[in-house]
Amino acid sequence: MSHSAASLTVTRSGGDAAIAAAALTVKLGRQPILHALDFTLPQGRITGLLGPSGSGKTTLMRAIVGAQRISAGTLTVLGLPAGTPSLRRQVGYVTQSPSVYPDLTVEANVRYFGAMHRKGKADMAEAIAAVGLGPLGRRKAADLSGGQLNRVSLACALVAHPRLLVLDEPTVGLDPVLRADLWDRFRALAEAGTTLLVSSHVMEEASRCETLLLLREGRLLSQLTPAELSQRGHSSNLEQAFLAVIREQEAYDGGSPPAQASTGSRDTGVTKQHGSVR
Amino acid sequence: MDVRMMLATARRVLSQLRHDHRSIAMILVVPALLLTAVYFLYENETLPPGMPRTFDRVGLMMLAIFPFVVMFLVTSITMLRERTSGTLERLLTTPVHKADLLFGYGIAFSLMAALQSLVATAVAYWVFGLDIAGAPGYVVLIAVINAVLGVALGLFCSAFARTEFQAVQFMPVVVVPQILLCGLFVARDRMNDVLEAISNVLPLTFSVDALQEIAAHAEATERLWQDAGIMAAISLGVLILAALTLRRRTA
Repeated sequence: MSHSAASLTVTRSGGDAAIAAAALTVKLGRQPILHALDFTLPQGRITGLLGPSGSGKTTLMRAIVGAQRISAGTLTVLGLPAGTPSLRRQVGYVTQSPSVYPDLTVEANVRYFGAMHRKGKADMAEAIAAVGLGPLGRRKAADLSGGQLNRVSLACALVAHPRLLVLDEPTVGLDPVLRADLWDRFRALAEAGTTLLVSSHVMEEASRCETLLLLREGRLLSQLTPAELSQRGHSSNLEQAFLAVIREQEAYDGGSPPAQASTGSRDTGVTKQHGSVR
Repeated sequence: MDVRMMLATARRVLSQLRHDHRSIAMILVVPALLLTAVYFLYENETLPPGMPRTFDRVGLMMLAIFPFVVMFLVTSITMLRERTSGTLERLLTTPVHKADLLFGYGIAFSLMAALQSLVATAVAYWVFGLDIAGAPGYVVLIAVINAVLGVALGLFCSAFARTEFQAVQFMPVVVVPQILLCGLFVARDRMNDVLEAISNVLPLTFSVDALQEIAAHAEATERLWQDAGIMAAISLGVLILAALTLRRRTA
């Protein structure tokens, strides 16, 4: 935690917080998935949620959109406790696997999710155009490619014009051209005032975010900017930098007094179990 | 409750079904074909004078049982897909009210059930000369209430299935006992006390009772409305139970 204290002040200057977590803890059954996370995310920025698979990214996102009950601590989203009914109008969530109806057309999918936010035809057309699927509007979702399906799923969230958009690995399985294209759209959304939280396990995408949350085994390693990450990891390659930060953290855990060292070993035991459960 | 969201859900469910021509054809045609089979099964029976044909009794009850069974299956599979594909979780992060979702489903499948029972009832009356005292409109009404009951039970049972295979297995558990005990095979007053007691609380029993009222009386009787009311109340209760199985937040 002491590592992230300095970088927190950087991001706190971004005005009112979009998301604030204090000692946020989530357990699935008795398995701790998130361990006492503390962070504050600014509004109108793109925050990257980075970490290896199984590090708790999806659980954190589900907690933010109100789909996951939290076990302890607080989680405030747009000034309200996560899960507050009125937040459902302002928060958009795109799950990792595209959650759309394969037997409906692109338009019917987006129109339906739009109707849940009292949005009409114009919003539907706008959202479909925003993900570049205009010409495919009348195609059945089942007939689209994986990347196109991902974008339909994104359009189903964009149609509601959310203030906060939570995207779980939106670029997974996309080719580099599409990935760059999608990141340009995210940037445009952020410039228009939308707050984005984007998870990824591809470190090169980190450079496109303004703030990064580094998650590992359910703990917040650090909150920093991409520049700070490459500085701290002594590499311009963010993947190398991330690995260096992890090693540094491990050395820090290992070099601490016996009491803390035993905490560390217990934790690795827990995460192993967690890994086997999933 | 938001009527627009409810209607949008009904519209969405129907357009999902519209793309599936084979299912629509089966929903509309299969009951008529089975009725045909029942008709020819009893074609050569010899009846004492004044005794109604078996087809008039069994065929009539089948008109109510079809929509119940078919809608139970269609709904439980559709809802299970919604649960497993992530669309339900996503919907529950939007402002939609759970009741809007469930009643949207109810409206969509009740419309299909009404079409189904119109086809089946028309075939029963016009092709096979179904001969009962009451009006066909009441038969269709009871069939539609039965379909809503099937939808409600399907929505509820889908919560307890993880796969489509499991969902289909709920049919012998939930549907078959009701068909066995509703009075179709053995008159209820001839069952042993335990079976009769169970039969007394099963929803399908009330629809068979209602159909027997329609068969025996030209005008709607008090008892017909009472049966219909009880079935509607049970359907509503099961829909509410189904709503409780939709969790916005998981622990």
